[in-house]
Amino acid sequence: MKASDQKRLLREMIFYRRFEERSFEAYMERKIGGFLHLYSGQEAVATGVLEQARVGHDYVITGYRDHVHAIKAGAPAREVMAELFGKETGSSRGRGGSMHIFDPTVNFMGGYALVGQPFPLAAGLALAAKHQGTDQIAICFLGDGANNQGTFHETMNMASVWKLPVLFVCENNLYAIGTRIDRSTAVVDQYKRVCGYDMPSSQHDGQDLDAVMESAKGAIDHVRGGNGPYFIEYLTYRYRGHSMSDAAAYRSAEEVEEWSKRDPIEVYAKKLKKAKVVTDDEIREMEKGIDDELENDIIKFAEESPEPRVEDLNKYVLDDDPDPRWIGPLASNGK
Amino acid sequence: MTEIAYWEAIRRAHDEELANDKNVIVMGEDIGVAGGTYKATLGLYDKYGKDRVIDTPISENSFTGIGIGASMAGMRPIIEIMSINFALLALDTLVNAAAKIRYMSGGRASCPIVMRTPGGTAHQLAAQHSARLARLFMSTSGLRVVTPRGPLDAYGMLKSAVRCNDPVIIIEHERMYNLREDVPDEESFRPLEGAEVVREGTDITLIGYNYSCHLCLTAAERLAQEGINAEVIDLRALKPLDRETIRRSVEKTHRVLVAEEDEAPVGVGAEVIAGVIEDCFFALDSQPVRVHAADVPVPYNAKLEKEAIPDADDVYHGALKALGKI
Repeated sequence: MKASDQKRLLREMIFYRRFEERSFEAYMERKIGGFLHLYSGQEAVATGVLEQARVGHDYVITGYRDHVHAIKAGAPAREVMAELFGKETGSSRGRGGSMHIFDPTVNFMGGYALVGQPFPLAAGLALAAKHQGTDQIAICFLGDGANNQGTFHETMNMASVWKLPVLFVCENNLYAIGTRIDRSTAVVDQYKRVCGYDMPSSQHDGQDLDAVMESAKGAIDHVRGGNGPYFIEYLTYRYRGHSMSDAAAYRSAEEVEEWSKRDPIEVYAKKLKKAKVVTDDEIREMEKGIDDELENDIIKFAEESPEPRVEDLNKYVLDDDPDPRWIGPLASNGK
Repeated sequence: MTEIAYWEAIRRAHDEELANDKNVIVMGEDIGVAGGTYKATLGLYDKYGKDRVIDTPISENSFTGIGIGASMAGMRPIIEIMSINFALLALDTLVNAAAKIRYMSGGRASCPIVMRTPGGTAHQLAAQHSARLARLFMSTSGLRVVTPRGPLDAYGMLKSAVRCNDPVIIIEHERMYNLREDVPDEESFRPLEGAEVVREGTDITLIGYNYSCHLCLTAAERLAQEGINAEVIDLRALKPLDRETIRRSVEKTHRVLVAEEDEAPVGVGAEVIAGVIEDCFFALDSQPVRVHAADVPVPYNAKLEKEAIPDADDVYHGALKALGKI
């Protein structure tokens, strides 16, 4: 990989971390409401997998921890932040919020709050791509907790039977909300669980961007090559609680400390510094540039954007401009 | 015009829509090789192939979800759920996903799916195959809910539902699949909105939908023999509800009865009567009457089943009550 790409990827991961931490601050300032689930600690997974995908072409779908996936998939960061602020300029026009970022212009098909619900939706996107004869694939990012839903088993079965072009990315961060995986799940290694559906799968280090990219490339090639679905598991860790209302008291300081040593940004930065691709000064410059972009562009845009108009409350419930041939009303109405 | 059965009307709509648009697919249990439990897709597997008439495993929530996902990418899936009881398994994808995706994406994504399912009691199918549940879907923002009473609407509304950009729930009825009616030979459509006055009258308004519309028509014939001229309205669409047609009728007849096969409390009758009271309370000459099922799970025993479910007799007696004759 070219040095310029490596630097770009490092900058992207730092940007995602800062974006999330800045959202945290905005939440504390009550600029952001509702639930807010932050991705800090898991950056290498979305960054590495989507680096290998054809962004804007392939379908991407995920759960409620969706800001970084949306941005890496091509949604403008300022629109994602504006969505968190509930603004009309937001990715979902202020109607969805943090958990429901959508940008179908780049085929980012949404964040969903029902754990496991994106499994079948992803398979459906893949079914459409297959049916329409495109070379698109669908990529579904979900956590380990989602694998205990019925939709996991139902969808793995159908995706396999119908050989759908879908890549399931399991971000195993060890906790299903606050319950540790070994307390809730009979088989801790998630990649083993799809064997029952005759689906190829593998498990990788989710904190090492290079390892993520290399494994994701193989998986994506498999899926795009018409060989059916693939399930890829990454071992990763989230630094913050499940959401802002979760102080994460269920895990020890030692465990957090241990995982911090394998911070994906630090692991990658160290590697690049060692290879003399980047210097500490350059990283500091990057950070400064990111902070500047966040404050003076992204947050400013979100702050200054208008809220949705109250008169538009009923917009988007159904098609706002339906064809009367199908809708009616019936001509004999009220005769 | 040709007289065809309800199931044939649905089959014809499927056939025409599959031929019209290659993005139309049909999904469900036993709908392909087996031709469908109610023959609604008979022969279409052979005609359009396994990739367009898709036999699914028994996984209602996820095959509905797959249809929804496909619809977000330009497909027009028609999903058959074998019984409305089983649709409860798909409520997550129908209510939490299909009904909400357009709204929570700020209008940037949509889910043009059709979900067809029979709801209602047939012949001793017992509690887990006799649910009606129209009220459940009717109370969900972001869905359209229609209830074709005969072959003409079953054909024309399914065709409209496929072309409409919203998620549409079509509630059929096991006892109506062999009902026959004239349907135009040329292609036609029936709109997804608007109630229909199916019998004009002056003395009382009987409101039904789906199977209960037929109970109202039968009761109206009996009332006519006694010199009572009942108007009958088929709601056709439960969501959105056509309150205007109801109001006009009640302002003419001054008395109203709603017949539903579902159990009360809470339901179509309650909603319709609330609308009548809000829209034309002072037009009423007597208290509105609800005719509905007993508040019990549907029993297996034939005698008990008959007692649990309203029939034309119940509508007739309900009408007499509204008319102050009993």
